[in-house]
Amino acid sequence: MKKGVMRPGHIQIRVLDMDEALGHYRDLLGLIEVHKDSEGRVYLKGWTEVDKFSVVLREADEPGMDFVGYKVLNNEVLDQLHKELIEFGCKVEEIPAGELDGCGRRIRFDSPTGHMFEIYAEKEQTGKWGVSKVNPEAFPMDLKGMKATRFDHCLLYGPNIAGTIDLFCNVLGFDLAEQVVDDEGTRLAGFLTASMKAHDVAFIEHPEPGKFHHSSYILETWEDVLRAADLISITDTSLDIGPTRHGLTHGKTIYFFDPSGNRTEVFCGGDYHYPDHEPVTWLAKDLGKAIFYHDRQLNERFLSALT
Amino acid sequence: MSSETDQTPQQFLIQVTNRQQSYQCIEGESLLKGMELENAHCIEVGCRGGGCGMCKIRILEGRFNSKRMSKAHISDTELAEGFALACRVYPCGDMQIESDHFEIKSAAEK
Ligand code: FES
Ligand SMILES: [Fe+2]
Repeated sequence: MKKGVMRPGHIQIRVLDMDEALGHYRDLLGLIEVHKDSEGRVYLKGWTEVDKFSVVLREADEPGMDFVGYKVLNNEVLDQLHKELIEFGCKVEEIPAGELDGCGRRIRFDSPTGHMFEIYAEKEQTGKWGVSKVNPEAFPMDLKGMKATRFDHCLLYGPNIAGTIDLFCNVLGFDLAEQVVDDEGTRLAGFLTASMKAHDVAFIEHPEPGKFHHSSYILETWEDVLRAADLISITDTSLDIGPTRHGLTHGKTIYFFDPSGNRTEVFCGGDYHYPDHEPVTWLAKDLGKAIFYHDRQLNERFLSALT
Repeated sequence: MSSETDQTPQQFLIQVTNRQQSYQCIEGESLLKGMELENAHCIEVGCRGGGCGMCKIRILEGRFNSKRMSKAHISDTELAEGFALACRVYPCGDMQIESDHFEIKSAAEK
């Protein structure tokens, strides 16, 4: 049931070297660099996103993800969900407006899988980058690299995904769109949506808490994914796997790593979800095909290389 | 002639003692990339960026330079003990290393 969460709004990613990271996120992925704050964090976004930023890079000793933020409809929703998060038993912290430049008050909370999330209602809306509000052209002329259009979702690994899925579905109003279950009926992966997309966030069961598998950016066509593969070779970027298709969500995809070892995905296409849809189920015994539809075989790296 | 030979990058012998394998690493490449270029398989390959820890090794002998590595996988104590991430280590001569030091930590061990 929808509870007023609209979409993934931002992700803060830790990198070992900011200049190298900008070579990846700005020059290769093609995100737009929009801001640098007084702490040295760099803010970026995909050109089609209307809010000021969606990706925040922070230099640190340990790569990984600090938090993911979801934008909610308005302040009433924010206050209501704030209460419900406390009732659910989350450790909840209120971050004042302006802690991220251009973003309003945020409610940050922890989760059973050990990840930090936040919700917020307000962010400076600067409009799509490079096209005018009225009679917008198809795209701006001066995009770089893969020309990523928006930050789409992330995949997170941790223990007790049942708990985090409960939190997302029952407090935040996400739907379970797709899942992997084993012979005993235990859910090993859950793909959750707050929209019509096959996933706005996904979780995979893993012993170590708070791990980050990838952040994902959407492209328009399969041709764009193939061109992304060319760019990965041209720049000698660390490739994980692809171009290929997922069984889960059926997205067409390629995975590669940023210079600090955080995984990035660009993809196109995929399933859609309406609230009356049953979750799409894949069996754990067919996990290879569920993850890599063409190879039908998992590689160790996909399961173990996390930040 | 001699200027040509000067430009040929040096090769260093990397012995991976736990696997009883060795390979030649080209000067200027990381231990991990050098291994991949030789199509050798004696260190696990993950992100190649010092983040995931899959290529964790212990350096037994040899001189090298290194780039920043994730503290989640190489603490200051471990660094002092010779642990490192092969994708961030650039040999300056022959080296002896031990691979397969990556382990997944569960919640209890964190
Ligand atoms: S391969 Fe990931 S840290 Fe070296
Ligand atoms: Fe993804």
